[in-house]
Amino acid sequence: MLRAIFKSLLSRKLRLLLSGFAVVLGVMAVSGAFVLSDTLTKSFDDLFATANKNLDVQITGNRNVGDGGGDSFATPVPEKAVATVKDVPGVKKAEGSIGLNGARVVDKDNGKVIGSQGPPRLGIAWTGETDLMQIAEGTAPKNDKEVIINQGLAKKGDFKVGDTIDVLTLLQPKSTYTVSGIFELSGGRESLGGETYVGFTLAEAQRVMLGQSDAYSAIDVEANDGVSQTQLKADIENALGGAYTVKTGDEVADEQKADVEEFLSIFRNVLLGFAGVALFVGIFLILNTFSIIVAQRTKELALFRAMGASRRQIMWTVLLEAIVIGVIASFLGFLAGLGVAAGLKALVESSSGSALPGSGLSIPPIAIIASFTVGIIVTLIAAVVPALRAARIAPIAAMRQAADTQKPLRKITIAGAILTALGMALMGWGLFGDASIWALLGGVLFTYIGVAMLTPSIAKPVIDVVGRVFSWSLPGKLGRRNSARNPRRTAITAAALMVGISLIAGVTVLGSSIKTSFAKLVSDGVKAELLIIGDLDGGEGARPTYDPAVIDEVKALPDVAYVTPYQNDNVELDGNEEFASAADWTTMQQMIDVEGIQGEFRDLKPGEIIVDDKMADELDLKVGSTVGVATNRKLPGSNDGGVKDMTVVGIYDQSEFLGGLLLSEDDAKAGFSQPQPSEGYIKLKDGADVNVVKDQVDDILANNPEVSAQTQGELVEQGKKQIDQLLIIIYILLALAIVIAVLGVINTLALSILERTRELGLLRAVGLTRAQTMRMVTVESIVIAVFGSLLGIVVGCGLGTAIVKALKDDGISELDFPWTRLIIFLIIAIVVGLFAAIIPAIKAARTNVLRAISYE
Amino acid sequence: MNSEYNHLENAVTTTEPASATHAVAARAVDVWKVYGNSEQTRVNALAGVSVDFEQGKFTAIMGPSGSGKSTLMHCLAGLDEVTQGEVSIGDLRINGLNDAGLTKMRRSKVGFIFQQFNLLPTLTAKENITLPLDIGGRKPDQAWMDLVIKTVGLGDRLGHKPTELSGGQQQRVACARALVARPEVIFADEPTGNLDSRSGADVLSFLRQSVDEFGQTIVMVTHDPHAASYADRVIFLADGKIVAHMDQPTEDRVLDQMKNLDAARGV
Ligand SMILES: Nc1ncnc2c1ncn2[C@@H]1O[C@H](COP(=O)(O)OP(=O)(O)OP(=O)(O)O)[C@@H](O)[C@H]1O
Ligand SMILES: [Mg+2]
Repeated sequence: MLRAIFKSLLSRKLRLLLSGFAVVLGVMAVSGAFVLSDTLTKSFDDLFATANKNLDVQITGNRNVGDGGGDSFATPVPEKAVATVKDVPGVKKAEGSIGLNGARVVDKDNGKVIGSQGPPRLGIAWTGETDLMQIAEGTAPKNDKEVIINQGLAKKGDFKVGDTIDVLTLLQPKSTYTVSGIFELSGGRESLGGETYVGFTLAEAQRVMLGQSDAYSAIDVEANDGVSQTQLKADIENALGGAYTVKTGDEVADEQKADVEEFLSIFRNVLLGFAGVALFVGIFLILNTFSIIVAQRTKELALFRAMGASRRQIMWTVLLEAIVIGVIASFLGFLAGLGVAAGLKALVESSSGSALPGSGLSIPPIAIIASFTVGIIVTLIAAVVPALRAARIAPIAAMRQAADTQKPLRKITIAGAILTALGMALMGWGLFGDASIWALLGGVLFTYIGVAMLTPSIAKPVIDVVGRVFSWSLPGKLGRRNSARNPRRTAITAAALMVGISLIAGVTVLGSSIKTSFAKLVSDGVKAELLIIGDLDGGEGARPTYDPAVIDEVKALPDVAYVTPYQNDNVELDGNEEFASAADWTTMQQMIDVEGIQGEFRDLKPGEIIVDDKMADELDLKVGSTVGVATNRKLPGSNDGGVKDMTVVGIYDQSEFLGGLLLSEDDAKAGFSQPQPSEGYIKLKDGADVNVVKDQVDDILANNPEVSAQTQGELVEQGKKQIDQLLIIIYILLALAIVIAVLGVINTLALSILERTRELGLLRAVGLTRAQTMRMVTVESIVIAVFGSLLGIVVGCGLGTAIVKALKDDGISELDFPWTRLIIFLIIAIVVGLFAAIIPAIKAARTNVLRAISYE
Repeated sequence: MNSEYNHLENAVTTTEPASATHAVAARAVDVWKVYGNSEQTRVNALAGVSVDFEQGKFTAIMGPSGSGKSTLMHCLAGLDEVTQGEVSIGDLRINGLNDAGLTKMRRSKVGFIFQQFNLLPTLTAKENITLPLDIGGRKPDQAWMDLVIKTVGLGDRLGHKPTELSGGQQQRVACARALVARPEVIFADEPTGNLDSRSGADVLSFLRQSVDEFGQTIVMVTHDPHAASYADRVIFLADGKIVAHMDQPTEDRVLDQMKNLDAARGV
């Protein structure tokens, strides 16, 4: 039995290769995801173990805002706390250190800052070599104008000892230092994971990063032998009182690991998402292949039945075949996944500039289990329907002429309609209700399956219309008829394509709507002709900023009517974390569309705030109310928790353009983690030439590499470009789903041609040329491809529309269908159809006429 | 080894030269078709066949199974390549033509009727009939079309798909298709093999009619002496050679001849 199955497997190599390929790809992503994240996690664990080798307890200041995620900023630890900690029994060594994200180095070649997206850019106080950091070249900074940098940064920016280096810090605009030395991290590494270090003297670090002398950002404590971390932590907490956050070395390491995990989970989720799409599309492919195989073997199977084989046995012959394919494909996919993981690891290493510790890949059991389970289950699911169909073949079918008759589509259509409706309801619940993301994903999945079940009954009319285009020639007519011959087969093939295309169309609609909404927002809401602004997706942790002195210079330009800086940060308002902005609000009214509802809307004095209507409602604030505001850096006049009472002078209408708490410029300068402005708005005098002023402002901004002057149009373009970049990445990922679907088209065509050998022979006998034969197959292929993409575009537009509508409150106000792009997708579908037809068409044209007509 | 045919050889050779008075629709000159390349597997499916098929004549080819009837037909129709010898349709020599040339030749100069599966299931009866014309992008001659369709007697069934037609009707559609392009010669390989005697008779009289009324040339392979009796002439093949021929055959004479041949082979 098994041998017979195996033989029949080998005899259909191509078919199996094609249908198994989707499973191989999907499993590859699954195994790659698990192996990569396990390998990297282990590597980073090793890294942090090295970095924290002698760290038993770490003390930082409390956070005024938030609880430690993202941009939040721990208040400095005063010098005197170090002495207190040193006196705690069990402490072997306690040292103040400074290490804060936001020391941005300017690239000598292009004048831009290095590494604006990605790992932290740390500004540290160099207090001598440690276990972690050793000088490789040069010396420690001997004065406040010297810095020491890590090898990774030296390499990225091509800095040598003695070179000058321009650095933007949290508290100071671009300033020039001299590189006194270059250090390496333990184990000869250039960096731990791509981060950069600028090591200042302690005093300079306190001045430009911390903003406080006689203070540190943390105290690192090493315990005496035999003293437990937790015990020491408790003792230190007792000694210091509640104003500090004390963590054991293990807790610090866990937090660092959690950060890396979060970063790695993005990788993993992208890979798993891709796996999901590939496997889902693969199900269609395998389902179709098995259906066709079963249909072609009807007589043979019926003969088995007539000879006494039970239904169960027939069903198992199909399922066993599926299992064998599933096992082989999973195995190949698993191996390919190891390759993917190794490749991505190399990518991470090359972007961080140094090899990760721990050679080779780490393969967790889950990778093996998941790969094989997923691969085999997916293949089995796809084979169940054909297997049942095979089991239902009556013995009498052996005697009957193989009929080309179609089973009625009513049942499947009704089931499809129900599933589609259910899926859309689930999706609606996920998008508009308060259900989780799983409801949304489940809804999308159900909708796809439902639509796929509806496709056979849609196929006929649509193919009639689509195919009409090609009917001017006989091969075209034959191709079109062939594609309409077996609606189920055509439908499943097209549905596989539909999935990929609809996802692409969906994100395209979403992306295009975001672009249009952004453009509309800017043109409706912004009255300023010129803006000072950095990259829209500037780095986390340190926003692009510029020297506030620029504003006065711009104000002095003859063509400028008004100008205001702008900056934002998170603050706590009455204990709730809120988005806060600071600007010259009187002037800002000339720049953007903003409306005061109550009280005043004007330039604020320290201690004054304006709140939006939502906040006012939630916190029950009125004009004149007093409310506690905490900023990242402690404001003068605030209590121990960093909270300062402020007065509400106005309430404004929250809009897409402006929302949250509004503060005075002075409070922002003192309290925000970055005191410098990040944006600027410029209104010109009547008749001024915007391009002339733009050049003038750019000249003024020459020393501020992170920002530039942009017109409204340029800003919109920048936004569009960024969305397009994102779209391209998504397109590339989804293109693989299309590739799988194309394999499906090839497979279906190849099998259909095999089935129609006799007809092909007849056609060739009565004079159809090879070229005409190829054209016939090509038309069939194109019709299927166009049908699939039309479906995909329709479903994708629906999907995109639903998401856009759901995100209305998040600022995506416009629904935009990018027709040109959608038409391009359709053209691509035609090309894809052409491409898919190549091999089957050649095969068809090569049909041996004699053999075909004597073929039973 | 074929010495038992020697007494018939004479009769065969005398018919060989093409009669000067009649044009030839298809001709084979010393055609050999050899299958297999090793000594043991070599089969001479055709072993030096020379034959002329006169224009406007209905010729039947008979012979025991495996005698090379289908092979001869395939070689004549350009579906198969001969190992040696010459084949021409009308005045066109076809051996040596490439695939494109052969395809074009088949499209315009030959018509086919196979034993079964003659029609494309996706096309209606009428579309099947005009298929050779459509392939070549030619317009059907309407009067001729009407005449053929009338003769074939399908009338109201023209819009039906092949699966909705009986076996006899399907074969008649195939006949009409073979006729409609007015080919030089129609080749039919056991066209009535799968039909009951009545449907078979319909098809045969239709073929007879197209020879008598339209001057069509037809070459038909058959096993059935009754079918052969519709022809003007019967050629007998055995072991890849022409072993006898008969003009104006009747069912009884054909039966006798076949018995003789069987006797000669020692069956
Ligand atoms: N492709 C092939 N390879 C090898 N031998 C072949 C091939 N095709 C035909 N033959 C052999 O050539 C000989 C003639 O075959 P052909 O099909 O012409 O016979 P036939 O007279 O049509 O027989 P039937 O009445 O059974 O149709 C037979 O011996 C056959 O076995
Ligand atoms: Mg034969």
